[in-house]
Amino acid sequence: MHALTFPAAGEGSGWGSAPPILPHPLELIFGLVTFAIFYWLFKKFIWPRLETVFDERAAAIEGGISRAEEAQAQAQAALHEYQAQLTQARAEASRIREDAKAQGAQIIAEMKQQAGVEAARLTETAQKQIEAERQQALVSLRGDVGRISTDLASRIVGESLHDETRQRGIVDRFLAELESGDIVREKVGAVEGEDA
Amino acid sequence: MSIVAAVVPTDFTPPGTEDFWIPLIGEGAWAFTRASLLAVISVGLLWWWLHATTKKRALVPSKGQMTTEAVYTFVRNDIGRDLIGSKEFMRFVPFLFSLFVFILINNLFGVVPPFQNSTMGRIGFPAALTIIVFVMYHWLGIKKHGFMGYWKSLVPSGLPKPMVPMIFFLELITDLFTRPVTLALRLFGNMFAGHIMMLLFIGGGWYMLTNGGIVLPIAGGVTWIMAVVMTVFELVVEVLQAYVFTLLAALYIGGALADEH
Repeated sequence: MHALTFPAAGEGSGWGSAPPILPHPLELIFGLVTFAIFYWLFKKFIWPRLETVFDERAAAIEGGISRAEEAQAQAQAALHEYQAQLTQARAEASRIREDAKAQGAQIIAEMKQQAGVEAARLTETAQKQIEAERQQALVSLRGDVGRISTDLASRIVGESLHDETRQRGIVDRFLAELESGDIVREKVGAVEGEDA
Repeated sequence: MSIVAAVVPTDFTPPGTEDFWIPLIGEGAWAFTRASLLAVISVGLLWWWLHATTKKRALVPSKGQMTTEAVYTFVRNDIGRDLIGSKEFMRFVPFLFSLFVFILINNLFGVVPPFQNSTMGRIGFPAALTIIVFVMYHWLGIKKHGFMGYWKSLVPSGLPKPMVPMIFFLELITDLFTRPVTLALRLFGNMFAGHIMMLLFIGGGWYMLTNGGIVLPIAGGVTWIMAVVMTVFELVVEVLQAYVFTLLAALYIGGALADEH
């Protein structure tokens, strides 16, 4: 406080010996003016740059984060989709396997049945053929037996009995009797004995 | 002093207040002084630094831009936002940043050649800055609370009635006198005393090296080592005082804008 009553010292003996806490007028003004100029320069030119960079950087970082989050969400969705597809594909594969198994079993059963039918058909055909051949053989045999017997008889009788025999159906009748069992062994024997 | 005077020759002149008076043009109250020149140079240097490091506006900053941004972010967030509050701090950021770097560079002139004398060692400069801060926080407080409301807001609410006049008086002294005077004198005193110390160690060391026989130059050498230590110490003080001044300015502004005092 005492120092403030000292301004006379500044005028007289010079500022060099003035109390150090007494502001020099021009220095005070220079302090105000230089600071004011710097403040104005900073606020007008530098500050907007700094804040713009800050905002842009914050926006860039936030944008980067949101982009990364988006990409992650997309990747997650794709993963879910693939997993769902995989599950579906697995289910389908197992379904196809089941179907194939069932189909295979069915085919085998069908084949077995078909084979059975075919076998039965073949057997039947063979039997029919055999029957037909037997019949044919029987017929041919019957003809042959008739002819041979008449030949034999005609040789025994000495004349051709062929026409007569055919006319009278002797042989057929004989054979019918033979089949029915009406032939008496004695008669045949007598014929055989005569033949000998 | 008497002990020193008894040991060494008496033609040694210790550094004094007159060492701070360096007029360049003119004499007396309107002389253009070295400190004024330094203030002008400081604005030029600050402009050169800030313009060069921010003109590119790169999202991925260069080293220079990163340094500038680090200082700016420190003032913006650690001083402005923390002390004024996130709602209103933004419009004071240019002021606080200007204050901080203006004081810092002028303080650093104290140890950086060829300046080697802090501008803030002259009371006119801290006083000028203090006047701005003083007017500013009173103006803001009156604008916010109204003229009468501002003075009322000095007294904390919920105080017993008989205490009110006493506290009001103390707060008024703090607000109108203690704060501005300490704000200016703290910065001035640190820079002034620091410079005196440097002058004493270097000047005294030189004197002891060049005078006397065997013992005195050794003491002079030790003194110069001390001068180096003091220089480093000064560097810390200079940064610290720039920070403290800005911090208190923000604190006063924040206090004026606060709902409760």
